Amino acid sequence: MNRHLVRRFFARLGLYFSVLMLISPAILFFLWMASLALKNESDNTAFPPVFIPNPPTLANFIDVFEKNDFLTYTINSVIVSFSATGLALLLGVPAGYGIAKANASKAAVLILIARVTPGLSYLIPLFLLFQWLGMIGTLTPLVITHLVITVPIVVWIMIGYFEGLPAELEEAALVDGATIWQAFRHVAMPLARPGITVATILAFIFSWNNFIFGVVLAGRTTRTLPVAVYNVLTFEQISWGPLAAAALVVTAPVLLLTLLMQKEIVAGLTAGGVKGG
Amino acid sequence: MNAHASLAEPSAAAPIPRGRNYARRYWVFAVPAAIVVAAVILFPWIFTLFMSVHDWKVSGDTPFVGLANYKKMLFDERFQWAIIRTLAFTAASVIAPMILGVWAAVCFSSKFRLQGLARTIFVLPMMATPVAISLVWTMMFHPQLGVLNYLLSTVGIPPSTWVYDAHTVIPTLVMVETWQWTPLVMLIVLGGIASLPTDPYEAAILDGASPWQMFRHITLPLVFPFIVVAGVIRVIDALKAFDTIYVITLGGPGNASETLNILLYQTAFAYYDLGYGSAMVVVFFLLILLVSMGLLVARRAEVKT
Repeated sequence: MNRHLVRRFFARLGLYFSVLMLISPAILFFLWMASLALKNESDNTAFPPVFIPNPPTLANFIDVFEKNDFLTYTINSVIVSFSATGLALLLGVPAGYGIAKANASKAAVLILIARVTPGLSYLIPLFLLFQWLGMIGTLTPLVITHLVITVPIVVWIMIGYFEGLPAELEEAALVDGATIWQAFRHVAMPLARPGITVATILAFIFSWNNFIFGVVLAGRTTRTLPVAVYNVLTFEQISWGPLAAAALVVTAPVLLLTLLMQKEIVAGLTAGGVKGG
Repeated sequence: MNAHASLAEPSAAAPIPRGRNYARRYWVFAVPAAIVVAAVILFPWIFTLFMSVHDWKVSGDTPFVGLANYKKMLFDERFQWAIIRTLAFTAASVIAPMILGVWAAVCFSSKFRLQGLARTIFVLPMMATPVAISLVWTMMFHPQLGVLNYLLSTVGIPPSTWVYDAHTVIPTLVMVETWQWTPLVMLIVLGGIASLPTDPYEAAILDGASPWQMFRHITLPLVFPFIVVAGVIRVIDALKAFDTIYVITLGGPGNASETLNILLYQTAFAYYDLGYGSAMVVVFFLLILLVSMGLLVARRAEVKT
């Protein structure tokens, strides 16, 4: 009995130690990121490094917004990600329903191929196309290319979700004389609301994070946040504080969303192995 | 549950048209999405194939050159090195996250205090904006002022050159990739473990099996299909890795970390050789398609078990 308890104790200890080992790289990384963003420049380049900002300063954040027009880029990112996610929902939710109902696994394969294709391979032809259309330097090409990320995510998650719903309720509605559109709109869609939430969050995050489309297609005034923050690196290589502050500004919404909606995000990622771009 | 299913039987036989027509009516729902997918996904594929057989610069004529772009690849040492580097980077960036990810999934499948919070923190690296985390890594790698070399010095390890030396750049990038994407492996395998039946474990505990024996002889064989799926997804993502490499090294120093994706970007958008770039895209895509065939086979195996 006693030996059993000792063994259990060590198994527990091992588990806690393992978990600590696994999550410490993430914890240390994000703490260091925050530390860099909250320190003044002399502390940031001190050796040995200063770990705890004393006193913490917001000067780096003010610097980022004053010198780099980050407000414009934030608005750009919001417009692009919200439009790309909204359009993807309009297109992808019915498509996911149709594919699930028609049991069309071939269409699902097409979505899978979209998941597999490198983002760059869309860019050469689309870059030329937008150049011919004279759309380079506007936000439209960005919204359109971000659909490449958001539509497959939404369709993929919604197929899985609609397949898991019981068919009886819609069939009852059809027997009562509803059209298939009404059965979808008033029966299946309300039931699928949790799935739509998951799809929305993931599509938004992966659109927000996207870098490669912006770096090719955005002009000076149409940069999204990831592109803007990369340009801070190229022009102000030495000033670490503003750089870390800019990085934190870009990724903070995503980190907050992940912390607040962890259950939904984990469910969505587990189901699809989704990743953008 | 059973009663529910049997109640459903008659309604399935009710006067709802089934068969081919039944399925066809639902295609309407997918039409708008199909049009958009055709425009932004299918059109680029076809146009890329078209460009890859032309000598296509940004301005000027675009003469048809047949397979010349493809032939060029056979003699292009920079391209071949990029392929070798990509494969080496991919192999390492699959193996390390797979081992750590399975270990993490086993840990997170047992109950402990603050489990939800710990899991969320563990997942943060894969959700965070890649450009943002790459910038912070770059600062941490700084040979004189970086925090990593300081941390090494506190435990008596000599400083590393990280991404500033041709010999250490690929292992360092693999480390970033592992840090970033181990969570995805963990989540997929965790999903697999969650779906396992509990009776084999109960029997094993009665027989006095150790945790390692239970992992080795029960968990591992049962979640193997999920591990395969996670592995194939990892291979695809590692082949496609772009943001972190582009931001941290841009393929440098020299060409020491120039993977296929980076070379592709340089060819098309720095040298504006769109024809040659397109040919590379086609080869790159075929390489990835080959791997994703593996994904489909693995998925099918998963459904069967």
